[in-house]
Amino acid sequence: MQTVLEDKIDEFQDRKIADRNRDKRTKDIPGWGMDADPENDPTYPMKHWNGADHERLNYEKAPQQRIDIEVLHSVERPGVTRVFGNSSPPSGLSGAIRRYAYQYSEATATHWMTLILADRINAIEGKITDLAHGILPNPWIERGWRAEWKYNRPAFIQKAATTALLITAGFMVMKRKNKHKSV
Amino acid sequence: MLAMNFRGARQIRLDRHKPEPEIKHPYDAIVRVTRSLICGSDLHLYHGRVPDTRVGMTFGHEFTGVVEAVGSGVQKLKVGDHVLVPFNVACGTCPHCKQELYGNCNESNPQATAVGGFFGYAHTGGGYDGGQAEYVRVPYADVSPTVIPKGMDLENAVLLTDVVPTGYQAAEQGGIQKGDTVVVFGAGPVGLMAARFAWFFGATRVIVIDHVDYRLEFARKFAFAEAYNFREMRDPVLFLKKATDYFGADVCIDAVGCDGTGSALQTITGKGLLLQAGDATALHWAINSVKKGGIVSIIGVYGPPWNLAPIGSLMNKGITLRANQASVKRLLPKLIDHIMSGRINPKEMITHRLPLEEVPDAYRMFSSKLDHIIKPLLIPPRANAA
Repeated sequence: MQTVLEDKIDEFQDRKIADRNRDKRTKDIPGWGMDADPENDPTYPMKHWNGADHERLNYEKAPQQRIDIEVLHSVERPGVTRVFGNSSPPSGLSGAIRRYAYQYSEATATHWMTLILADRINAIEGKITDLAHGILPNPWIERGWRAEWKYNRPAFIQKAATTALLITAGFMVMKRKNKHKSV
Repeated sequence: MLAMNFRGARQIRLDRHKPEPEIKHPYDAIVRVTRSLICGSDLHLYHGRVPDTRVGMTFGHEFTGVVEAVGSGVQKLKVGDHVLVPFNVACGTCPHCKQELYGNCNESNPQATAVGGFFGYAHTGGGYDGGQAEYVRVPYADVSPTVIPKGMDLENAVLLTDVVPTGYQAAEQGGIQKGDTVVVFGAGPVGLMAARFAWFFGATRVIVIDHVDYRLEFARKFAFAEAYNFREMRDPVLFLKKATDYFGADVCIDAVGCDGTGSALQTITGKGLLLQAGDATALHWAINSVKKGGIVSIIGVYGPPWNLAPIGSLMNKGITLRANQASVKRLLPKLIDHIMSGRINPKEMITHRLPLEEVPDAYRMFSSKLDHIIKPLLIPPRANAA
């Protein structure tokens, strides 16, 4: 695989300029800071600018939450945040797809579209797990059809009838095709 | 415990046996939920539009509750405190939190750097289970959770966790000046609050655009706004130009986000083919309806990776685009004062009060806008336990 600039971040071409700026020698640059105006920040007044942005390496951090489950993290950050949610760790096929997605940055469609794919597969996995535990799907409750029946009955009946009609028509077309094939 | 349990797009179950949350970090608290709301942005999760929404997760980022346990490092919050819990999970010490951008915390969401940590908002929001349950784990308990002021109605308190500050920030981001004409796209709870607060900043004309008549009627009463149905227009942008002397609004607020409607192209590419993150019609209209040099404030939620928006007009018209997740903790003192002094009474927006057990119905009603619903409130069975 071809080495790209982000793989050798410690030796990138303008490191000297970056180091000089980090050492606060920017004051050597003519005109540095003379037109600075915190109120010209487009986030003002929502952000109370106090220079903390420039303490990005040295800010006070909470203790690290024990990582006792698999936590995927964005490649755009160095590691897991000090605190994280412990809901639904990745598992199964969808988990494998999520692990692949997290190899790509948040700027890529691969990252997000792969996660959407994992979500859809995860929903199917959920149904399989339910069946394995003897839990049958209950769309009347879980999809809120009960609420539709109570508050939106004519539209609900119309929708259900249209769906039933389309399914029946689909079956009939399939049946006719199969009949022609067997002849 | 009882908890809402996501099973896939448009499918929700009431889980009766979800394990109760535990202290996982010295700064954690466990809160017994007393009131919980469903947010318009929960519908993006419900509709399957937010990536990394995993089966088994519990949603809910607007809740109040009683502190039942605290971690060894928690110093301010005590067991028994009745708190409102802002939807932002915020550490309080990172550069963003220190500058009061609590919605952009750097230490609460490992999964996405573009998103802060939020309760019950997919793994894209940090993977935290949310408040549509009997108990919740609340990290960084000393930072954002706030003891409910004496005398404050619990329903107003729970609205302070998101919808009120989010609506306020939508107006604040607009940089509204005295005499401004403000257009708010979307008459959902956040849009209603944004329209209501536009007056606080000195607007002299507030226009709300939506397609649901009962919500427009509510906007007229609750937000004192002109309210128009875009289904009765051929071109909402042209309508707004004509309504503002062919000048455009001073400020446009997009309080819709990715679940918009009104443009076939946006709907097909966004909701049908998933070629963009939902339907960005409201943003398109906002950019086109604002005056040259005007401000567009985005408070509606859009998902990654992108949306169709007229960037050329943004540049050519010299528009300032401002957007962020609300920084609830920053705004709380001001908004608590507005409520306690009676200037606003946001609980008027709560139209439906349902037991937590009916959470699947509540989502469907909110999603399909049944029974003239504006804002549904969930009450867990142990809400009043001693």
